[in-house]
Amino acid sequence: MKDKDEKKIEKRELKINRRTLLKGALAGAATTMLPLNRADASFKDFWESFFQKHFREMTVAEKQQVVQRLEQEYERKYKKAIQIGIEPAMPGVLFGYGLDLSRCIGCRTCVYACVHENNQSRDPQIQWIQVLRFKHGDLMNWEKAEKYYDPKQVPEPGYFYMPVQCQQCENPACTRACPTQATWKEPDGIVVVDYNWCIGCRYCMAACPYGARHFNWGEPGIKPADINPVTHYLGNRPRYRGVVEKCTFCIQRTRKGRYTACVEACPVGARKFGNLLDPKSEVRYAMEHKRTFRLKDDLGTHPKFFYFFDFEAGERFSG
Amino acid sequence: MGKKLIAAVLFLLLPLSFAYAAGQDYPLPNPKDIMARPAFPKADQGLWPCSQCHSGMPVNYKIRKLTMMHQDVVLKHMPGGWCFDCHNPTNRDTLKLFTGQTVSFDQSYLVCAQCHGFIFKEWKAGLHGKRIGMWNGKKTYYQCINCHWPHDPKFKSIKPFPAPIRPADIK
Repeated sequence: MKDKDEKKIEKRELKINRRTLLKGALAGAATTMLPLNRADASFKDFWESFFQKHFREMTVAEKQQVVQRLEQEYERKYKKAIQIGIEPAMPGVLFGYGLDLSRCIGCRTCVYACVHENNQSRDPQIQWIQVLRFKHGDLMNWEKAEKYYDPKQVPEPGYFYMPVQCQQCENPACTRACPTQATWKEPDGIVVVDYNWCIGCRYCMAACPYGARHFNWGEPGIKPADINPVTHYLGNRPRYRGVVEKCTFCIQRTRKGRYTACVEACPVGARKFGNLLDPKSEVRYAMEHKRTFRLKDDLGTHPKFFYFFDFEAGERFSG
Repeated sequence: MGKKLIAAVLFLLLPLSFAYAAGQDYPLPNPKDIMARPAFPKADQGLWPCSQCHSGMPVNYKIRKLTMMHQDVVLKHMPGGWCFDCHNPTNRDTLKLFTGQTVSFDQSYLVCAQCHGFIFKEWKAGLHGKRIGMWNGKKTYYQCINCHWPHDPKFKSIKPFPAPIRPADIK
């Protein structure tokens, strides 16, 4: 009796030899990779997205193939045609930004223009531009900076406002923190994120000294009707849950020569945008004629976002 | 007496000439690239052209409070100023410069530039004011009066957009 049992056990043990174990392990591992949460995607799409090359290593044809796949994916998801551009950086262009602190009135028009242009999630709320309020004479006192100010009217006497967004550093700390090279600096100076490569570790957010990167903690909440269908692969295309996003100087607009959405929205003309390599650009004019500074310049990140001022904030406003 | 008067006039004109010179070194944008002037405020709708009323009227140069018409125009610009500092008394459909030169309403920025030369220069350079369109090509310049009501040019306070949600309020 005892012998029989032992033999059975022996037989069973013998059945699990090395080959079957490896087969089983491989099959098990494969099932974990199956796109069970994306039942609408075909296996081909899944295969292609899983083995998608790094954006910078792709040829134009490969990029177009990827974009086509993504456009179909978005159309299934949002029931809306979304066009994804892959315009490369223009040669001889280094984008720079100027912001006149003495004119900004803290109305947050730019914040909402950005949200609409760049398809940020409405709920949970993500805003790429954060407007900080400082007391007069208290510049750079970050402890006392107020982000949630909500008066009936702006500008408030005794305060000035400082919008902060991605500073598009020339020496960015965030890109070096990324373990998957999902974020990098483009030749025209824009720091971009590939949402299909981002693994959501948020190291870049920890590295960024400006709080300019934002994480999709939940599935981005945006109504299909609100989606801006003109997008760029590295810019405002709809994001996924669990990826990091940030200001891209409206890459989908500026690579076609247009001004950014925040520049066109600002009601007081405090925002200036242009090519730093062009001596006639308005940003260069500001750098040459105004008292200009960069945020947290001492960190050596070399932002291409220049703040300037030329008179006392609030001086030119009446009640 | 005569010398003193000339000196006084020159002294007074000096800042103006500086302002004028400061505005000279950037070319004017192409008139096609300048945004059309805004519509008149509601109270003044239908009053254009001005000559439809003013052509037969005698010109009253006296500085006074307007009671019959244009009561909405309260000059909070340039204390001591008066209509004919900018408006042309002989042809009301135009403006005039201090030199006596006639300027059309579409070029009102030339009137502003007489005193605000540095701002005019910055506007031409693209710094003051706002431009929309292409950063490397065709753009539309907002002109002075697209943002500033010339009779009361200071900006008014506005209602801000809602504040972001505090982390504590996220459900």
